[in-house]
Amino acid sequence: MKRLLLSSLVAIATLGTAPASHAGRPIAVKGSDTMVILGQRWAEQYMNQVPGQIVMVTGGGSGTGIAALINGTTDICQSSRPMKSDEKLKLRDRYQTLGQEIAVAKDGLSVYLAESNPVQQLSLDQLRAIYQGQVTNWKQVGGKDATIVLYGRENSSGTYVFFKDNVLGGRDFSPRVQTLPGTAAVVNAVAKDPNGIGYGGAAYAKGVRDCGIKKDAKSPAILPTAATVKDGSYPLWRHLYFYLRKKPEGDTKKFVDWVLSPAGQQIVIQVGYFPL
Amino acid sequence: MSTIRPGIDSVARRRIQRVREGVIEWALRTCAFAAVAGLLLIILFVFREALPILRDPATQKEASLAGFFATPLWQPVGDVPKYGLVPLLLGTLKVVVVAMLFATPLAVLAAVFSSEFASPRLREALKPVIEILAGIPSVVMGFFALMVLASWLQAVTGSSMRLNALNAGIALGLGVIPTVFTVAEDALRAVPKSYREASLALGASPWQTAWTVSLPAASAGVGAGVLLGLARAVGETMIVLMASGNAAITSATVFDSVRTLSASIAAELAEVVVGSPHYSVLFFLGALLFLVTFVINVVAGVFVERLRRRLAGA
Repeated sequence: MKRLLLSSLVAIATLGTAPASHAGRPIAVKGSDTMVILGQRWAEQYMNQVPGQIVMVTGGGSGTGIAALINGTTDICQSSRPMKSDEKLKLRDRYQTLGQEIAVAKDGLSVYLAESNPVQQLSLDQLRAIYQGQVTNWKQVGGKDATIVLYGRENSSGTYVFFKDNVLGGRDFSPRVQTLPGTAAVVNAVAKDPNGIGYGGAAYAKGVRDCGIKKDAKSPAILPTAATVKDGSYPLWRHLYFYLRKKPEGDTKKFVDWVLSPAGQQIVIQVGYFPL
Repeated sequence: MSTIRPGIDSVARRRIQRVREGVIEWALRTCAFAAVAGLLLIILFVFREALPILRDPATQKEASLAGFFATPLWQPVGDVPKYGLVPLLLGTLKVVVVAMLFATPLAVLAAVFSSEFASPRLREALKPVIEILAGIPSVVMGFFALMVLASWLQAVTGSSMRLNALNAGIALGLGVIPTVFTVAEDALRAVPKSYREASLALGASPWQTAWTVSLPAASAGVGAGVLLGLARAVGETMIVLMASGNAAITSATVFDSVRTLSASIAAELAEVVVGSPHYSVLFFLGALLFLVTFVINVVAGVFVERLRRRLAGA
């Protein structure tokens, strides 16, 4: 909410300062909270380079952004998850298109452990067993004798859905997973809890340690770094998307092209995500 | 100036005054009805959005009244969504019970002290300070519980979950104290002085007077304060969202993390697909919360009315 407010303030401030010479319409960008900082950096840089073009970025969540796209109140929707089929159907009913999906960045999903936790690596199977509540003690995965305390994201977040689909194979989380609002809260909780485990975007991993992930019991443990996410050897990564109602054109196309250009992708790295 | 020519002027002035009075009354009436209309529209909206649970067969296939109690799991996002309300109802109950057990004695005894024992000067200081507690934004209270209180409690109780019902309940209790205190204190102060004087004259000590005369005389008002605090506790969102850990666990201990009705709505509504069963379920939870707090408020109102009548009749 605070970020949303802040970004609207930024948008209003830029409205005030933009020279009136540019004839183009402002480009509205709305959606994922994971991507809101990224979107704002893109907007700032782009508005510096193209004087008079206004790009307004707001958060609210991937679902909110997609709803706005369907309602026609945003030009670009930022989403950290692919669009669902019923959302596509709604878009088709209104605009006779299935929407335009453009991957704009990659995000590695980190598994966080407390600094003091002796466990260095987990296989995907172990991770699944932990988050489904079959493994409940750290000594079962090579740690000390202590109950595992599970942290995760709210079920409204794209990150939650990604973890559920890719780690749990679509099955349910253990009911003992404590869900916290925002990745920063998860990081903070794990940092305070020596027996905690959490997951979230790699961009946030401060004050906690990344856990090495093994694809299966025999493969080597891989840490999420720019190199391992880019070449796909780190198993937990996802695309971050722009969604549009139809193929971009005019000012919107220029902005999207710039985001995909080396200059735009450089900002992806600065914010802490990974380029395409 | 007007005193120089009173005749014609005073008639005109009176007419202008009448018009002005009329305009002011009309404006106030509009404000009052706008507030009422706003409230009614909100209620209408919440109930309308929840209606598919009861009416729409497509929604009912995924989420129905019977389904709410068929599973102990709250997993609304997934291939097979599960909308079990039991852990949410239980979680809300746990947090609210802890909050009221913590807040009621503190607030009522503080009210007794303030109205019966404190010197007028101390009371003038005490009351506003406690009422300032009500002005602390609940997000700040939640933040305090998340960062500080949870660590203290974990050190004392040794529970494995840092964020749990006890932590959220105590933080919520802090938020409820000013509500209970203010209403209870006002009720105690409204007890006629003659009651106390009669009691003291019969040889009762100040404590006996407070406990056996003032408090029973004001009991309806104190009860109303407790009920208003309860209504606040049931609906309070930010504190529990931050301090409870939000895991939908069905268990009997307060050392487990809990997920409440209000926190579920706050956490999930932002990203839900509008019009989906999940969306309707969240509005159903909202309607449920509304009904509960509404009933509590009505009962509290009845209590206050009874107190007023009892004291007026004395």
